[in-house]
Amino acid sequence: MSWRDLATEAIAGLASRPARTLLTVLGTVLGIAALVATLGIAQTAGNRIVGNFSELEATSVEVTNDGGFWGSSSSRVAFPRDAEDRLRRLNGVSAVGAMGTVPIGEDLASAVKLDDPSGRNEFQIDVMAASPGLLEAVKGSLRTGRWFDAGHETRADDVVVLGPGAAAQLGVYRVDQQPVVFLGDRPFVVMGILEDVARQSNLLGAIIMPEATARKHYEYTSASTVQIDVQIGASELIGAQAPIALNPDNPDAYRVRTPPSPDALRNRVESDANALFLILGAVSLLVGAIGIANVTLVSVLERVGEIGLRRAVGARRRHIASQFLVESTAMGLVGGVMGATAGILIVVGLAAARDWTPVLSPLIPVGAPLLGALTGLVAGVYPSLRAASLEPVEALRSGT
Amino acid sequence: MTLVGAAEYSDGELSATASDDRVLVLDGIERTYTTGDVEVPALSDVHLTVRRGEYVSVVGPSGSGKSTLLNILGLLDRPTAGSYHFEGLEVADLDETDRTSVRGRRIGFVFQSFHLLSHRSVLENVTLSMLYTGAGPAERVERATAALESVGLAHRASFTPTRLSGGERQRVAVARAIVAEPALLLADEPTGNLDSHTSDAVLALFDELRTRGLTIVMITHDASIASRADRAVRIRDGRLTEVDAADMARAVAQIGQER
Ligand SMILES: Nc1ncnc2c1ncn2[C@@H]1O[C@H](COP(=O)(O)OP(=O)(O)OP(=O)(O)O)[C@@H](O)[C@H]1O
Ligand SMILES: [Mg+2]
Repeated sequence: MSWRDLATEAIAGLASRPARTLLTVLGTVLGIAALVATLGIAQTAGNRIVGNFSELEATSVEVTNDGGFWGSSSSRVAFPRDAEDRLRRLNGVSAVGAMGTVPIGEDLASAVKLDDPSGRNEFQIDVMAASPGLLEAVKGSLRTGRWFDAGHETRADDVVVLGPGAAAQLGVYRVDQQPVVFLGDRPFVVMGILEDVARQSNLLGAIIMPEATARKHYEYTSASTVQIDVQIGASELIGAQAPIALNPDNPDAYRVRTPPSPDALRNRVESDANALFLILGAVSLLVGAIGIANVTLVSVLERVGEIGLRRAVGARRRHIASQFLVESTAMGLVGGVMGATAGILIVVGLAAARDWTPVLSPLIPVGAPLLGALTGLVAGVYPSLRAASLEPVEALRSGT
Repeated sequence: MTLVGAAEYSDGELSATASDDRVLVLDGIERTYTTGDVEVPALSDVHLTVRRGEYVSVVGPSGSGKSTLLNILGLLDRPTAGSYHFEGLEVADLDETDRTSVRGRRIGFVFQSFHLLSHRSVLENVTLSMLYTGAGPAERVERATAALESVGLAHRASFTPTRLSGGERQRVAVARAIVAEPALLLADEPTGNLDSHTSDAVLALFDELRTRGLTIVMITHDASIASRADRAVRIRDGRLTEVDAADMARAVAQIGQER
């Protein structure tokens, strides 16, 4: 008996009771739809989170010398002054900058006196020191003026760049007239005002000066943070290499913060959100399987006469068994296809409602119908064996 | 299939040769049903020989063992004891698969209750008997159409059996039984569910099949039906006796009283 004949017989068997076949398949449809929708939503959400995250976070490596959880300022290991140069040489580094808080003591900041004798004009504003490369490393932009360069650093010029918050407090809006701000009594020329930074947002409210300037006037010894902008995919590597490049003798003195790996993130999102729905899907699938088994068994009992006749015209036990197995497998397959379709529609609908890109592993639209077919196959085993074990004489006697 | 070649059965009397026209030979067949502790002997010491082209009717009262005999002849059931040669081959101790194979290829059945698949077309019902014996789809349709033609139902090929009369249904069943060109046609009360008028059409069909050379064994209750056959055997309490031609009329009358 050929596969074609077998399929024809099975389909004819199912088609003779279409309503029952569809109702039987419903359990499998629900189970497969639940599984596909759950997996699809998890993948879509996972992709969404990773997508958001990767732009900025995945390219950031931050090295600090605060000595870890138990660290105190006394145990800090200073960054070398040429930290920027050492790290820029590493393959995969796009930009490097160092920064640290400048201990200015009790000094208050003030701008050039305006015609506002009643107004408050002295402020407590954080002062930070930064290396020339920092602007690029924090992906910062300037509203006006310039960021300091290597020349300012070597000459230890008394210049500052203002964060937008500090600029507003001090009432400095333009730099073309070379305005001056005072820290205590010491004047500094404002050479630029920041627009925004993507990292190290504490720069936004600070007065920023070259590191050499900070060393000249204050007890500034070393940066506390080195911000590295790395190429996509290089964060792990740079995270491992940076402390060694900075301090080959004592790389463990620094703390490195690298982005979590996207895979770990995705897995975390997918696993905790969905265990419940997967269990739900599995249970529906089990119920679907029981439904198919039950209906196939009923169908075997109804068709005892047909089984007897087929045995009389030469069908072997395995012909009978395979006919019912193919019937139940086909029901499972139909349920799998319908369920996968419904599940994919749910994922696409949900993603569309939130303006997300629907993401679905290609394994799912292929695997779901196969899982449905497997469910049907397993469900059909017992009824098929029952059908095959019927004796021809008994079957012909009891059926019509 | 592991059928033993007919030539190996060369122990004199039962050897199968080209000239041997015995389709079946039963020798000392017994069939005892065991239900719990109770043993019901349905057939005991049955001897029967049917030759090629013979039309044999089996008569007997209800419960005498007629259907039991037919099941054994049709290889649907196996005897508890005795030997059964079918086309020269000992089939009493064949395994299930081989019996199924011989049954599917060499024996056709017509049942009292038609046993048609109600959701399949008439044509599909007829092709069903070639489904398991290796004929290709085109050949199946061709032969089924020819068989339907020979029972006068070619114009009903696409109908479902539910739209046919009882007589037409039984003719479809006959077409299904003969389409694979069996060596033996077994019929168990083929007119049992039909009125006398439609019965005649079906019986006329059997007469025609006999003239075409088919070997037929038919079970019946009806005296007038039994008399249409070349030969009648009678079963009573599981024992089989020949009814000779001279006694036919008397036997028929007797069967009539028994009913
Ligand atoms: N499967 C079985 N188990 C036990 N006893 C059986 C079985 N089949 C038949 N018998 C018994 O065997 C005897 C012969 O039965 P069988 O069906 O051959 O009779 P029959 O001649 O065909 O009768 P009818 O004309 O009513 O069809 C009966 O006594 C019956 O009860
Ligand atoms: Mg009977």
